[in-house]
Amino acid sequence: MGSPAEARHLALEVKSLSVGFDRTTVIDRLSFDVPHGSALAIIGPNGAGKSVLVKALIGSLPSEGKFSWEASTRIGYVPQKLDIERDLPITGGDFVRAKATVVRAQEGAVDRALVLVGLKPESVRKPIGALSGGQFQRLLVAAALIGEPTVLLLDEPTAGVDEPGQDTLNHTLEHLRIEHGLTILFITHDLSVVYQYATNVLCLSRRHACFGTPRTVLTPQLLQDLYGAPVAYHIHDDIRP
Amino acid sequence: MTFDPNAIALSIGAGAAAGLVGCFAVMRRMTLAADAISHIALPGIGVAILLRIHPIVGGVAALLVGTILVWGIENRTRLATETIIGVVFSTALAIGSLITSGDELIEALFGGVGRLTTLETTLGLVCALGVIVFVVRQRHRLVLALVSPEIAHTSGINVARLNLYFLLVFALAIALGLRYLGVLLVGSLIIIPAATAKRLAQSLQGMLLISIVFSVASTTLGTCLSFALHRAPGSMIVLVAASFFVLSLLRGVGTRAANTSANASK
Repeated sequence: MGSPAEARHLALEVKSLSVGFDRTTVIDRLSFDVPHGSALAIIGPNGAGKSVLVKALIGSLPSEGKFSWEASTRIGYVPQKLDIERDLPITGGDFVRAKATVVRAQEGAVDRALVLVGLKPESVRKPIGALSGGQFQRLLVAAALIGEPTVLLLDEPTAGVDEPGQDTLNHTLEHLRIEHGLTILFITHDLSVVYQYATNVLCLSRRHACFGTPRTVLTPQLLQDLYGAPVAYHIHDDIRP
Repeated sequence: MTFDPNAIALSIGAGAAAGLVGCFAVMRRMTLAADAISHIALPGIGVAILLRIHPIVGGVAALLVGTILVWGIENRTRLATETIIGVVFSTALAIGSLITSGDELIEALFGGVGRLTTLETTLGLVCALGVIVFVVRQRHRLVLALVSPEIAHTSGINVARLNLYFLLVFALAIALGLRYLGVLLVGSLIIIPAATAKRLAQSLQGMLLISIVFSVASTTLGTCLSFALHRAPGSMIVLVAASFFVLSLLRGVGTRAANTSANASK
């Protein structure tokens, strides 16, 4: 018999999950499901615990409660901004090849991942400290795609990427989800991206959490409650319900 | 002091091992840790002298125990590694200076000049080979853990275990240079060639190769100079390594000067 998540074809099942540091509780008894092949947007103000939740879900932070990933889940993870020394003599190529070797990726996996995120070969010959913020972010997404992940966990994947680059990355991720059945969990502050790409939304704040589809959950009142101030956002006509 | 082929053989092995470990130590910002961890060897050397066993055996034992202690405290508390190493190192130095005295203390601190036996050389070379094999085989894991421990974790790497192995290999590389460089100078053999390589290299492979070349050149040239000038090898090795580093600074100055003149002519 498989895990509870498997029985309902869920990629992830979270039940009463709590995460804290010392005496401070950051995530308090949170429950939600992520169906296989869906895209979950995690939103909320700064300090709400979005990155903490993601780190707990990959098992790099201790937590209480339960969460179970579907059997044989392979996670590709993109962390939030990294503190990289500018003069580190590690090239983008060194980094993605390291990932490919460690996860024993198939031949050509590195090149395919770089093409998917739109990184040119000359960019990955530069030391990672010399890459622009947007190039480095694409490199992290490329590394996450190596090793045939079944789930992508992305902590603000398009932060620092220019507008056309953001669209390309978002479309690529959407394509991977629809065509290859990847499950995607992503943290974002961009509500238009939530409306356009997310199938479900998890909103986190110090006071409460909410979960549902973008159109049912993201009401002006709830956004005001969530961020503590009125939130202005624009929904393109082609994605308006 | 006469020429000792065993010393040259070991200086090549220890140099290559130190050069490789040093690259990751420098990139992991463990520059101060290298100096501090080497001091942990002192009480071990002191105890070994009291018990009339080989001082290096005591030094290696103390290094390995100290390393596991640093790793254990780091994993169980939220203290910074530098803080833990600082406390363990000062305590070790205090205990070491209490139980070691006179000439023995000077030799432990600055390295000795005695001839190496074939057994000592063979054991040293085996350890050096172990260190080299570890770094070469684990370099991809070490790169991922260096860039992001979380990416390393999701790639199936047990980051805490990898850190322990790296610290143990780091301690072993320090132990290899202990006899010739002593507790005070051995950390510099790990750090200076790697710091030189970091300034010159543009890729991981470049850094590893340049660091090995400078490290082996420093240990062999320093050892040869010590025979020729009848000086302690430790000081000579460190001076040669430091000279390479100073020369590497010229490259940055040259590049900046070229950029300035290029900008001025625009």
